[in-house]
Parts: sequence; structure tokens; C-alpha cells
Amino acid sequence: MNDPAVLVVGAGPAGLTAARELAAAHVGGVLVVDREGEPGGVPRHCGHTGFGLQDLHRSVTGPRYARHLADRAQRTGATLRLATTVTDLGADGTVGLAGPGGIERLRPRAVVLATGARERPRAARLVPGDRPAGVLTTGQLQQWVAAGLPVGRRAVVVGAEHVAYSAVLTLRHAGVATVAMVTALPRHQTLPAFALATRLGLRVPLRSSSRVAGLHGHGRLEAVEVEDLLTRAVERVAADTVVFTGDWVPDHDLARRSGLAVAPSTLGPVTDGWGRTSCAGVVAAGNLVHPGETAGRAALGGRAAARRLADDLRAGAGVPAVRGVPLRVAAPLASVVPTVVDPADPPPDLLLRTAAFGARRTVVARQDGRELGRQGLRHAVPGRSLRVRGSLVAGADPAGGGVELSLG
Amino acid sequence: MPAVVAEVDVAVIGAGVVGTAVGRHLAVAGASVAVIDRAADVGDGTSKANTAVLHTGFDTTPGTLESRLVARGHGLLADYAAAAGIALERTGALLVAWDDEQEAALPGLAAKAEANGYRSARLLDAAGVRALEPHLGPGARAGLSVPDEWVIDPWSVTLAFATEAAGAGARFVLSSPVGRIATGDAGHEIEVPGGVVRARWLVNAAGLGADRIDAQLGHHDFTVTPRRGQLLVFDKLARRLLGRILLPVPTARTKGVLVSPTTWGNVLLGPTAEDLDDRTDTASTAAGTDALLAAGRRILPALVDEEVTAVYAGLRAATEHVDYQVRLHAGQAYVSIGGIRSTGLTSALALAEHVVDLLADAGASWPGHPVRSVPPAMPPLGQGQVRPLQDPGRIAGDPAYGTALCHCEGVSRGEVRDACHGVLAVADLGGVRRRTRAMNGRCQGFYCGAAVVALVAAETGTDPAALTRAPQ
Repeated sequence: MNDPAVLVVGAGPAGLTAARELAAAHVGGVLVVDREGEPGGVPRHCGHTGFGLQDLHRSVTGPRYARHLADRAQRTGATLRLATTVTDLGADGTVGLAGPGGIERLRPRAVVLATGARERPRAARLVPGDRPAGVLTTGQLQQWVAAGLPVGRRAVVVGAEHVAYSAVLTLRHAGVATVAMVTALPRHQTLPAFALATRLGLRVPLRSSSRVAGLHGHGRLEAVEVEDLLTRAVERVAADTVVFTGDWVPDHDLARRSGLAVAPSTLGPVTDGWGRTSCAGVVAAGNLVHPGETAGRAALGGRAAARRLADDLRAGAGVPAVRGVPLRVAAPLASVVPTVVDPADPPPDLLLRTAAFGARRTVVARQDGRELGRQGLRHAVPGRSLRVRGSLVAGADPAGGGVELSLG
Repeated sequence: MPAVVAEVDVAVIGAGVVGTAVGRHLAVAGASVAVIDRAADVGDGTSKANTAVLHTGFDTTPGTLESRLVARGHGLLADYAAAAGIALERTGALLVAWDDEQEAALPGLAAKAEANGYRSARLLDAAGVRALEPHLGPGARAGLSVPDEWVIDPWSVTLAFATEAAGAGARFVLSSPVGRIATGDAGHEIEVPGGVVRARWLVNAAGLGADRIDAQLGHHDFTVTPRRGQLLVFDKLARRLLGRILLPVPTARTKGVLVSPTTWGNVLLGPTAEDLDDRTDTASTAAGTDALLAAGRRILPALVDEEVTAVYAGLRAATEHVDYQVRLHAGQAYVSIGGIRSTGLTSALALAEHVVDLLADAGASWPGHPVRSVPPAMPPLGQGQVRPLQDPGRIAGDPAYGTALCHCEGVSRGEVRDACHGVLAVADLGGVRRRTRAMNGRCQGFYCGAAVVALVAAETGTDPAALTRAPQ
């Protein structure tokens, strides 16, 4: 096929939204490539509602949201190619594609990486013990149930973020009782109503300040060892299924193999607020950049990156690499996105993550010891994003040192 | 009268890398063979948790059977792998000394290599070590380069031996733990769940269970003391951190752990060495993982910043003896093979030759004719090989080879489909993993798990619940 102006890698919320914006901006051909046989990314398998609130301003189920984004991108003029893998971004500006139609190389003017994020599986969390069947992540569980595959009878859910509560509902739908939720944190990280309904309505006990210390079972999972981190007491909970939820890690394989600089705090590519990366011509957006955010947040990121990319393409001077001052956080803050800002051109929002609970805290931005600004927070919950205004760092000296965000 | 499951010239107990190599050799030589194993698949015991190094034998004890068979097996297996298309990377190895004691041990190891007939080992100073492996941690003092230590795909080796054996007529009696063995003048009657296997000759390649089989025939020549080895497999993004196998320098105090590339493009860190009583305990432990990470941080600091793809543990069939324990009991028409440690992957083909020679010495002969046999063409699973998803010709012939199923490992639908219809049937998802790599990658099935189960269930006509052992 003809070389597209923009190749979008990944047909999830960020990629499809970016493709739609780019096609609407008439920058030339927009080709979205996804390795799965169906577009939509993670929401495809999420049967619950709540998708679209941030970007579409209405609430639909995951599959409907996925279809809507795919249809909208195509109606606007973007082309979708599925079951096709982007194998590499060549140093010569070409991109390798492989799929049932064969292998080819394209030369787009720009590439948008929107490869998303996945949950860390059991092995990456270094959970010791046997290696029985019945050990899943939420994503796996959702696909398992959607495919009508048998799951089990008694499950332990690891985590207490929104996604963990979603896993409990998926399990229930599949006829599996959740016998415990386990979190290392002192309390849950979801909305109080979800937590209450799960604890009282579904009678799922939450074991806070606890961790999974081992899995047991030959063939099939038989028991999960739960350790109370305060008392060090260990209990064997009988279960044939364990679901590891959350703990998102960006799918950064293509980005890293292509030489993009990666931020240690998120493991996503280093970007400014507009998705520009360390590599000219390559833009990154969505949960590849900020793992664990909602689909809507990913879509908004795709839109912002695409609008700026369209401006760059129309200006004709090429798509620049990221530049500006580095942005970093001090504990208990865990990460901030973007990781670079141009003080003259900050993005509307900065997305923060914290490692510890806190209420009514203030975020303070400082550069070289000088306070640039501060903003109050309504809450600080680990695993949920905290948004502050990008203008907080607008006063930074472009020639100065890194800007640090801390809790005041 | 129990049903006769098979009546053969030779029964081989154990379908690991050694048992399948022996079975293959005998079947090709014209013997009728039954290979018996308790597991539902070949290579599903000790053989599946190997460190995958093709050893030169430079550090074996000179003059031992192990020294001789490893040295010979190295060349035999390298040739076999080339003929069968099994992934092998000629990485070489580097022993790295981190302290005085280890540095002092290097010249002795170089001399030992010479005594084992291996002449390409070279001593290196700190600068030489650093030049070969720039990502090593600080404090590497000296090294010994062993250019002929390579890495190989260990699963495909056992599968290839078994496939070739089956092609030459060998029967595989799987899911069959061995019960009582009755040995008389007419030969052996080996009890299995389906009845008995009758055999004129018996070869014991039962690995962790070899001493128990041996005891049934009245011998107490060795005791298996399972030695657990825990291993961490790191993400493919770590592969750039090393060029060759990084071996520890063994000292009186510790044997140390290795860091090794794998043919699948990952990096392996391990193994631990823990003597156990339980012959089934392949659990990983927090202490084991912590110890490996601490060692890895010293050897290759950037390694531990990468994601861990898999944690597993294997049991080595160690005995109280330094050497392999291979004995012919001619009067009983019986050969026992014990104490085959991790070098058994390398030595398997030479060990098979040796066992067949012992049988011939005892007067064994086969009524059948030798079979013209060539190594089977194994699927290209190596990261350095052209995989179907990278092969325009194969994709043009069948688009299923261009449709990715497991993205992390680059496995096509066509390959998983083929694995379901091979000579050796897939018994469970572990069998699919070993034949195709599907689900072995960094996401561990986050993306492809359900799709793989659905495809395997459909292709094999198996209930998905059985594949995942889900309670009904």
C-alpha cells in the first residue's frame, strides 16, 4: 500500500482517538495497525459500564466504547489494519509490518505509538511457590470469561484498586466466589460505595496490610498463602483461582527496541505533554506513557498528541523530538507524566501518582530550590491519578534544572 | 492375566532427554522399543528445567565417564541440532572471578580443561573481561574464556529425539507410572496402569526415580538426592546486556550462579542448589529468588532492573557419587543410568551410544533391521532463526503462519495448530509451551491465554477445562 502520512501503532482508546483527530485534520493518510484481530484494546473485554465518561461525556460498556472509537476513526477516514504486528521502527524511518498478508515496510512521515499497558503477571511480581493452573491477571480473566472458558470455584483477588473490584464482578458473573481480596496497603483504593457493596453485598473480606506469600498446588491451584504484614501471621486460604490485578506496566517493547528514552518512574517513553519522545518523528500516547489510567484518559492523551502532531505536520518542518526541562517527583509521590515540560508550552494537566494515602495535601513545584507554584489536592490514593494544572510549572526557567513536584 | 500393553526388545523407563535419546538410538538400530513415563508428555520432568547450556565438559572431573561422554556429546548434539533445525547459539562462556579466592582458582580450572582434552580455554585479565562483557558489575578481577560453551533449546532436543524414535517405530507409553517389575529368564514384565510391558531388555533412565527402579531389581548402587535449582528468566529486553554465558568460578565455599542468554532471546539467572528430600518439590521460594537477585545485581547490575518473565525450579537427580552411574547387569538383561546431572542434555547422545554398546557387550541383538532415519525437522523456535511470522514464503503458503497468536514470543496460529497434530500429541498447555513458546513471554498469557486455550481445545477435541485443570 501507499505510505501513510501517519502510522498509528495500537487500536486502543489512545490510538483510535489519535487516528480520528489526525484524519479529521487532513494530514494525509492515517493507518492504524493492531496486532489483535479486533480493534479497541483493553475495553473490548470489559463488560461493565463507565467507559467514555471523560472523552465522550456519556457512559457505555467497554465493547460498545471500543466499537464506537473504531467506527468513528474509520468514518473520519482512517484505515484500520488488524492482525498485523509492527515489528520494528527502522533507523532509516521505515516501519516493518507483518501479518497474514505478508511482510512489508512503510515509510510514514510520523509514527504514533499507542501500544498500551498490561498487568504484571505473577512471575514478574516474584510470588513464590508452585506453578499450578488457575493463576490469572484481570485481563486474562476477562478474555477467559468472554470466550466461555471455565474459570474455577473459589478465587482470591490480589489488589484493591478499581480493577480488582471489577475482577470480583467478572468472577461472580462466571460463577466464581471471591473468598478474599488482598492488598498490601492499609485500605482499598476504589470508591467507598464499590468497596462497601463488595464487602457487605458480596461478602468478600478485604485483607488489608497483607500480601500473597505463596501459591500451592500441583496441577491446579489449591491454596493461597496470605501473610499479614503487621503481625507476620500466615494463613492458607483454599482457592482454585487467583487473579493478580492492577500493577500496570507499559507495553514498551517496540519503543525500547526503537531506542526511545524511557522514564524509570513509569517505564513508559520520556514525553513532553504532547507525546513527543526522544526520537524525532515518533509520538507516544495513552497508557504506554501513563500506565493504569482510564480508557478515557488514554483517549484524551491520544487526542492532545494528535492535535499537536497535526500542527507539526502541517507546518512542514518535521516532528521534533522532546525538549524542555525534566519533571520529577519526591516521595511519597511515585511518578508524574509528562516527564519533560517546555515551560513556554506546558500541557493542560500533569498526572501524578502517589505511593501512600493522604488527604487535603498540597502539591508544590520547585526548580533549583525556587517555588514555582502549588495546588491543593482533594485526595491522594495510590493507584489513582491525581491531576494538577500544567500551568504550575509554567514559570520554570527553560535553562534551569529539573522541576520537582512534592507533597507539601 | 493383565493386558499386554507392549511386547518389545527393550523397555526404557523415563522419557526425559536421556530416555528418549536411548530409545531413538535403539529404534533406529532395529530394536522394538517402548519408552515409559509417568508424565503425559516427554521431557516433562527434570529435563524441562535445564539451564540449556551445551557444555564442553572443561570443568568435569578428568577421567570420569561424565568427562568422556560430555566431550563426545557436545559434538554429537551440535551436529544433531544443525540437522534438525534446533536453535543453538555459539555464544561461548566466560568464567568471571570476583575475589582473590576465585581469581586464584582460574589457572587450576584452565589446567583442568586441558586435562579434559579441551584446549581453547583462555585466561583473561580484568581489562580483557570488561572488553568482552561491558555490562558486568564493578569488581570483576579476571576471567577464563571458554568459547565452545553454547546455548541450545533444550525442549526441542527431547522432542526431536522422541519424534525420531517414534518415526522409527518406538512406542511411547505415557501417563504410566511404573509399578512392580518382575524380572525372570524370559525378560521383564513392567506393570503400568494399562497392564504390563514385556521386554527382553530393560534400561532405567528414570532420573529422579532411578534409584527406586534400581532397587526393584535388587541394586542399591546410588541414592538420588534431589537438588532443587531455582531459576529466573528475564525479559528479552535484557538480552542486550550480555554476549555470552557468564559462569561462576566454583570454590570450596560456593558453586555460584550463572547468567546466560537463552535461544529464545531471554536471560536466565540461576540456579540455586538446595538438597531436598521431596522428589516433587519444584516450588520457588522467596529466599531463593532473593538470593538470585542479589547475585544477579552483582554480576550484571542492569539485569535486575528488567522485568522477570518467569520463575521456575527444577530438580537435579544428584547422587552421592561424583560421576555418572551407568551399570550393565548382564545377567538381568538390565542397564541402569543414574546420577545424570545438568550435563545430561549435552551428553545424552553419547550416553545413548554408551548404553547401546553395553547392551551389545552383553550379547543383545535385534531381530529387526536398522532404520534409515534422519533427524526430524523441528519448528524454528530460536530468536536467531527465521520464525514463520518472519517468513514471507510460509505466510504466502498459509496465512495462519502470518497471524500472530502469542505476541510476546512471536508465535503464529499456524504453529500452535501444528503442535496439536504432531507425532507426539500435546497433553496439556505445558506441552504447547514447550513445542511453540506460546504463553512463555512477558505477559504470561495476559493477551493470548484464552485464545491459545480455545485453539488447542478445538484442534485436539479436548475439553478446555481439562487443559486448564479447572474444576467442573
